[in-house]
Amino acid sequence: MDTKIKIPEGLRKRMRPSDWIAAQSIRAVAVVSLITIFLILVFVVKEAVPVFTGHAETSQAVAVAGPNASKGDSNASPESYGGASDNSAAAAPESYGDDSSTAAGTAAAGDSSQSDTSQAAATQQSYGGSGPSDAAAGVAAEAAPAAPDASGEELSKPKPFTPWNLLSLSWSPVSNENPMFGVWPLILGSLKVTFIALLLGGPIAILSALYTTTFAPRWAREIMKPAIELLAGIPSVVLGFFTLVVLASILQSIFHWDFRLNALVGGVGMALAVIPIIYTVSEDAIAAIPRHLTEGSLALGATKWETNFLVVLPAATPGIFAALLLGVGRAFGETMIVLMATGNAALIDPGLAKPVRTLSASIGAEMAEVVQGDLHYSVLFFLGVLLFAFSFGLNAVAEFGIRDRLLKRFKGI
Amino acid sequence: MNKKIIGKLAMGLTALCAFGTIAAVLWIVGTIVWQGAPTISWTFLTSAPSEGMTGGGIFPCIVGTFLLVLIMSVIGVPVGTITAIYLSEYVDRESTFAKWVRFAVNTLAGIPAIVFGLFGLGFFVRFGGGGLDAIFSHGKLHWAQPNILWASFTMALLTLPVVIVSVEEALRNVPQELRAASLALGATRWETIWKVVLPNCMTGVLTGAILAVSRGAGEVAPILFTGAAYFLPQLPGGLDSQFMELGYHVYIMATQSPDVEATKGIQYGTTLVLLSLTFALNFSAIYLRATLRRRSIQ
Repeated sequence: MDTKIKIPEGLRKRMRPSDWIAAQSIRAVAVVSLITIFLILVFVVKEAVPVFTGHAETSQAVAVAGPNASKGDSNASPESYGGASDNSAAAAPESYGDDSSTAAGTAAAGDSSQSDTSQAAATQQSYGGSGPSDAAAGVAAEAAPAAPDASGEELSKPKPFTPWNLLSLSWSPVSNENPMFGVWPLILGSLKVTFIALLLGGPIAILSALYTTTFAPRWAREIMKPAIELLAGIPSVVLGFFTLVVLASILQSIFHWDFRLNALVGGVGMALAVIPIIYTVSEDAIAAIPRHLTEGSLALGATKWETNFLVVLPAATPGIFAALLLGVGRAFGETMIVLMATGNAALIDPGLAKPVRTLSASIGAEMAEVVQGDLHYSVLFFLGVLLFAFSFGLNAVAEFGIRDRLLKRFKGI
Repeated sequence: MNKKIIGKLAMGLTALCAFGTIAAVLWIVGTIVWQGAPTISWTFLTSAPSEGMTGGGIFPCIVGTFLLVLIMSVIGVPVGTITAIYLSEYVDRESTFAKWVRFAVNTLAGIPAIVFGLFGLGFFVRFGGGGLDAIFSHGKLHWAQPNILWASFTMALLTLPVVIVSVEEALRNVPQELRAASLALGATRWETIWKVVLPNCMTGVLTGAILAVSRGAGEVAPILFTGAAYFLPQLPGGLDSQFMELGYHVYIMATQSPDVEATKGIQYGTTLVLLSLTFALNFSAIYLRATLRRRSIQ
């Protein structure tokens, strides 16, 4: 390169080979990192495509060894995760049967986080742990009637899968005769939790933001900022743990629900996760309100609270709306909290105090025990595509739809 | 009079929300510290789980988390920094391209963590690992399995936006005069960036790295099926081995432990360790950022 470009010293911009190389490699790295974003979409979609083209095999080979059939593991071994994690994972979603006998009929009414006996037994069994009691193993066998008895029986022929199956109303992917991959219960579950989280966390976060930007004395502002940063810094698995262990028990002792873990508990836990986001963004929006608006209002004789509630808050609506959208995105895609605290049963039920299974929790709970490349695997990627599309759409709306309108609105004033 | 009461009520409501939030934070942190502190001991931190996961410590989880974030930062921080440099030094900030790129970064930040996990499985494990296996080990399964390398790659991708945003902010805070002076003295663009701009925004890079590490240490969803293991008898021996991780340990101990009640102490102890780790990282990042802001004002 050096020989090609011969520029008179001191006359033009110096262009050394090192400079050129640096520029090019920086560009290359940047472009690669940006292409990755599109790669994410491409690969998640690519793995989900077999759902529609029909190349995927229905899981003839039993991917999941039931708690009572640890021999079946060998079927899954070529693709399995190997080691202890495999066993533990295999145990998790199988244990749909609830520990209480109330819901024994609906195999879906599970409460995985209660760590019902079947699960515990399965874990110990596969883990070779310290003495699984026979009684517990017996309960496990009872509690999981849907578990395939893979050790000897020949499997009945599954129905051919069509994409229409995705629109069915039940989600029971590990059922042997007739696996159902209806996404509606999962979407409903995600929406329920998101709705509760937003209903609870949204007003709290917005009013807190209003308080700190307008009413609050200086010292309150000084406390609020680190508190929110603290809350934002709590990992979601810790929030999930707290919800599962502390919040769920407290709420249960107050409301005496049929199920200790349900959409409401998950929603309350999720509210803790969305409050920092909504707070931060709406605080920015409120703080960006031009001063002449508030001063004009005060000069016209409005009181402070009238100004804040009737002038500042409406003026900040677009920003607050964007904040809520971001909160929705977070709540919809959040995995650990719902995985731990919502009971994980795919029910279609209008009740809020019922266990739910969300899109993200299904992926998180089931992905570790499917055979890679199998139909169930592809369907889980399809759920990922749904999540991706949802968050992408929300982001686009929040980014372009609202910010522009916000700017226009202020310019118009 | 009436108005005054409504006003008081309205303000009281907002104050209630604000202080309620603060109280909730204190409650969460307090509970975990209170319940977790008795478990924390030197042996807890330095021994492996024993007695079928109902006893022992969390040493492998700490090592696993450390290795995960280490590999993650080695991959993610340079890439994020370079991308940020490109965005703010080589591309016109107001150009359509830059706007689209920023939108892409925001999108990346908004994608649910579990989708990153799916991507890690589909791309790194199946495509990347499968490719490596096809070339080097003739189709024998070696790299096409979840391991710490793929988990770190996934996590690096997840934390990329954090680094990019943080470094970009720092670059924006470097005064334009410094660049102009350097260029006027005859330095090339690269020399300017390398010798003038970057040294002035090292705090920003560091802040980004710390925030990324804190995020990476706390996220569990992306590693659920890209490398985390329920229990391993030994520490990870190489890039191709699975690992135990603090957040994942909290998750499995709370939901899939053989005896949930008996391991309450371990659960709280692990949570406390994880929480202190992320808080320490977050607050050092906040501190660094504050110093950065102060310096840029001067």
